[in-house]
Amino acid sequence: MSRQFTLAVTVVLISTTVQAEVAPQEVAYGEYGAIDTSLSGAPGDPASGAEIMANRGQGNCVACHAVGALDEVPFHGEVGPPLDGVADRWSEAELRGIVANAKMTFPGTIMPAFYKTTGFIRPGDGFSGKAGTEPLEPLLTAQQIEDVVSYLMTLHEN
Amino acid sequence: MRQTLRTGAARVMLGLAGSAALATGAIAQEANLVIDGEIEIVTRAPAPDHMENVSEIVSGWEYRSPETQAVQMDDFENPGMIGVDNARADFSAAMGPDGQSCAACHDNPESLEGARAVYPKWDETKGEVQTLEMQVNECVTERAGAEAWNYTGTRMTEMIALISSVSRGLPVNVAIDGPAQPTWEQGKEIYYTRYGQLELACANCHEDNYDNMIRADHLSQGQINGFPTYRLKNGKLNAVHNRFKGCVRDTRAQTFAPGSPEFVALELYVASRGNGLSVEGPSVRN
Ligand code: HEC
Ligand code: HEC
Repeated sequence: MSRQFTLAVTVVLISTTVQAEVAPQEVAYGEYGAIDTSLSGAPGDPASGAEIMANRGQGNCVACHAVGALDEVPFHGEVGPPLDGVADRWSEAELRGIVANAKMTFPGTIMPAFYKTTGFIRPGDGFSGKAGTEPLEPLLTAQQIEDVVSYLMTLHEN
Repeated sequence: MRQTLRTGAARVMLGLAGSAALATGAIAQEANLVIDGEIEIVTRAPAPDHMENVSEIVSGWEYRSPETQAVQMDDFENPGMIGVDNARADFSAAMGPDGQSCAACHDNPESLEGARAVYPKWDETKGEVQTLEMQVNECVTERAGAEAWNYTGTRMTEMIALISSVSRGLPVNVAIDGPAQPTWEQGKEIYYTRYGQLELACANCHEDNYDNMIRADHLSQGQINGFPTYRLKNGKLNAVHNRFKGCVRDTRAQTFAPGSPEFVALELYVASRGNGLSVEGPSVRN
């Protein structure tokens, strides 16, 4: 009796048009952690970015970083460096990589990865203390990352 | 960004005077904690030999505002002492089929002086490291034949506050060698594991960043010599495993349960990082 083995070939169709959104697992980080293109496929909104950075339920970046331009927001932390002048120190692609997963740029950093959904130890369901199921929702959406990056790009030393 | 400002006890007792800058800045204040002008508390000590990355250990009291610090300096103002009084009454309350009480075996709370300083500790009969809560429940269930108390319930936490209060001023001195060592190693591993979606270990906040502000919070070394702590934020005495639970939850992780083997091990390890500080509980924190 002869058997015929049929190989099921999965064809991954790669769209030639502009990718709408890059999912967290598909982000292409450069050698030093940069991400070249917009994660959402759209430009960011700096005003929204500023809000996300100050909001405890969203980025809450000021928990660890002081931002001179956001001095109306109370209580800036000192766990990370002040962000004044970051746009002079980093390119947009580098900043995008740092916000999405800072560990690609600074191995072992305390800074959480905002666009990472798997590979955690005892991942929780938000702040409930209960178990969560991977992939988790990323801490920020692709568009929120773009908004934050576009705000960071306004932070020049004056 | 570490700055230390030396202030005398007098400055702290003056309370508000000249403290506006102190209340907002990230400044560890060095002051003498003396409770009721009597009980001297060591809030800074050389780190024990087993600590690799810290040279000086510091009580969480030093990182609180002068106002909060002052509350702990006076037992009449310390709201945690109300829990101590409740437990004092409970100490001689009858429980179980034979109407046993703590006092039936231990006379008075003062007879337990010294216990808080050496717990968690190895229990030969049980063959495990026991926390003070586990010891109390062993007495409640096996000696008095009563039902176990909720591990972090009010009754238990107040009893622990009482047992701590009679040891205030004594140096924390938990054993980490001998049969307790594997448990200690387990706790150490937990301390350095980066849990949850935020991938944060205890060490990230309390070893690498103590004395730094994290948003509105002035990070301490996360010492547990002051437990149970009366927190102004929730207006009650807080058990140490509940604090652990809160800190792990804040990393967006699945926490461990109070009383779990993991938290018992973590408690032994964290307690050992405070060997040399004074027992302070019930302390006052924000
Ligand atoms: C029927 C006797 C009995 C009762 C009731 C009892 N205990 Fe004990 N307790 C003991 C004995 C015996 C030990 C020491 C043996 C050991 O460590 O296992 C002990 C040990 C302790 C210790 C540890 C002391 C040390 O130095 O290690 C604490 C704390 C304690 N008991 C608290 C309590 C409390 C609180 C209660 C009541 C809520 C209570 N006990 C009820 C008999 C009792
Ligand atoms: C994201 C930061 C963060 C992490 C991670 C963290 N904590 Fe905390 N912890 C805090 C903050 C903020 C406070 C309140 C201010 C203070 O006392 O440091 C605190 C307070 C404490 C306290 C109370 C100290 C006192 O004097 O009352 C203890 C104990 C503690 N933490 C232990 C731990 C342990 C153990 C872990 C790991 C399982 C841990 N923490 C992880 C932020 C953190």
